[in-house]
Amino acid sequence: MRASELLVAAPAGVPLLAAAVYAVFGWTRRTAWLGAVAAALLLAAAVGLAVAVTGKPALTGCWGLLRVDALSAYMLIVIGAVALPAMLAGPGYLADRTGPRAAVLARRYGVFTQLFLAAMALAVLAASLGLVWVAVEATTIVTAFLVGHRHTRKATEAAWKYVVICSVGIGLALLGIVLLYFAALHAGLGEGEGLDLALLAERATALDPGVTRLAVLLLLLGFGTKAGLAPMHAWLPDAHSQAPAPVSALMSGVLLAVAFYAILRVKVVADQALGPQFTRVLLVAAALASLAVAAALLLAQRDFKRLLAYSSIEHMGLLALGAAVGGALALGAVLLHILGHGLAKSALFLGSGHIQRAAGNSRIESVRGLAARAPLLGGAFGVGLLALLGMPPFSLFASELGIARAGFGAGLGWVIVAAFALMLVIVAAVGRHALLMLLGRSSEPGDRTDRVDRGAIPLVAALGVCAVLGITLGPLGDLLGSAAAIATGVAP
Amino acid sequence: MPDLTYTELLYLACGAFLLTGVMVLWRRDLRAVIRLFALQGLALAAVIGVLAAHQGDLELALVGIGVGALRAGLLPYLMARALAAGGEDRETRPLVNVSASLVVAAALAMLAYAISRPLTELAPSPATRAVPVALTVLLVGFFVLVTRRRALSQVVGFLLMDNAITATAFLTTSGVPLVVELGVSLDVLLAILVLYVLTNRIRASFGGTDLDELRELHD
Repeated sequence: MRASELLVAAPAGVPLLAAAVYAVFGWTRRTAWLGAVAAALLLAAAVGLAVAVTGKPALTGCWGLLRVDALSAYMLIVIGAVALPAMLAGPGYLADRTGPRAAVLARRYGVFTQLFLAAMALAVLAASLGLVWVAVEATTIVTAFLVGHRHTRKATEAAWKYVVICSVGIGLALLGIVLLYFAALHAGLGEGEGLDLALLAERATALDPGVTRLAVLLLLLGFGTKAGLAPMHAWLPDAHSQAPAPVSALMSGVLLAVAFYAILRVKVVADQALGPQFTRVLLVAAALASLAVAAALLLAQRDFKRLLAYSSIEHMGLLALGAAVGGALALGAVLLHILGHGLAKSALFLGSGHIQRAAGNSRIESVRGLAARAPLLGGAFGVGLLALLGMPPFSLFASELGIARAGFGAGLGWVIVAAFALMLVIVAAVGRHALLMLLGRSSEPGDRTDRVDRGAIPLVAALGVCAVLGITLGPLGDLLGSAAAIATGVAP
Repeated sequence: MPDLTYTELLYLACGAFLLTGVMVLWRRDLRAVIRLFALQGLALAAVIGVLAAHQGDLELALVGIGVGALRAGLLPYLMARALAAGGEDRETRPLVNVSASLVVAAALAMLAYAISRPLTELAPSPATRAVPVALTVLLVGFFVLVTRRRALSQVVGFLLMDNAITATAFLTTSGVPLVVELGVSLDVLLAILVLYVLTNRIRASFGGTDLDELRELHD
């Protein structure tokens, strides 16, 4: 196997190996940091791949099952960048789990988080849409146990809803894949290549429009369910609020984005086969519905983990809006938004884990005066919320501005205006809750500041990166440009 | 095999596939529902077998045997075990009663015919003309999923949908590539195992598998 093939397989292979190590040796003092090492190696491999494919042809590996182009490499960087702080938080999260089953649960946590990373990496590495599907469904299966990790009634309920809704959604996507394959075979593609993403994009104009329309509708519904777009979002607030904090960070920060990546790939094929109007209408509807659901349920929200979950629905809506607009500017902004949201949201979920542990529950009203009790954590949490609301200098400001500018340019002005009106409501709602949590008068004189403040370090680091990205893209700029060109269907 | 017998056998198998799917709506005894599901798995294997015999394709025949073993053997066995462990073998009170459900099934069948027109038009053949049958089962499965209250009934609904998707795949294209087929089967099996474990957990913490009890999480 050549070096490049090894590099292509590494982002999925390394976490798989780490999962095997956890399965054999369990979660001990020696293996506790292995997860973070695997995430760091994933990130390193992603950077290596990004250098290798920016402006150059795609790399393939594993008998043609895997292929990395600039878009895949960019998504791998997002996965690595979010996984690293999340995995670093793992040992701290498990440290105070005690009891007879603690060792079993810790081993399970180690195995499933690494399998989760491997499945997400596989989803963006896969050359065929069928393999993308298999990997996305695999993420549902491994995260089901992570959502239900705490074995409480609420966690079990959340896990059940999560598996049923996401499996049904992703089942619709499978039907869409079957129909697309049917259309591809009749468009002259061979049996082994009917689901190959690059070939499908190349031959898209030959696909039968009637069948393709049905297939694309099902694919958007299916992957949209997994991406948490309204009206298929019902599982998301439950699952994200019940999962352990590092898992919530991964699910909100990257899993949604990975499902959205599948939508972007489908859109490239659909736009050439059917013209851009078909996906545009569907995505605009999903975007506005998501923003409206998020705004309505954020207003009276009483739980800060659910608050973060609804904010994820909002940001997925923005991604759908950007994708609906289309074109290099909008899709570049969408991709930047995926990274910025991943960093900020995962940082906030990690911070929320520390706050929840100190407060004993996740109700907003039991966390008051956080800024006075734990200045570093409270401050970082507040700054993180500002980043999430799209304030400068964070990269989410730049990407939201990019989506809006592209939207006005594409003649979707009224949609952008409606979207930003809903976002104003969200800013007001989240701002009110944040003020209460940070500055509200504290009723109980709890003092656990030393413990809580140490947890703020990955939070500050992720927000720092997010702020730097808002000012300059640096070497990431070229990769982002190439990835956006692929997502618009301009580059092969 | 002569074309006429091929068509007849194919439609016979598809008819059995549809009938078992719709009868799930009629029965409230969960053991009978599981038996119906197993029969549907056999009908699906028969559909694939007839297609394989018609095309003289040995690989397809082997895939059909594998599909039959999974859907008529392993999955019903797992569900029967989950049922035996719980001892609640009746669907208590479905949201929609049986006669209304059957009317809905008829409406869903018409919808399935409307949806599948572009598919039949792209490649008219005896196999693609049977696609509406598969899509009807898909919609019936979805209907079972949203109107039934027992955890196991929801699993059956999900599996009906999955059978229907598999049937569509074989009727339109003789199946997706083998790598994908294997991945799909593995994922479905694992999803069922996950649901099996979760059913036990629901029973342990809620004292039953009535999903109406699952209402702790809300806004």
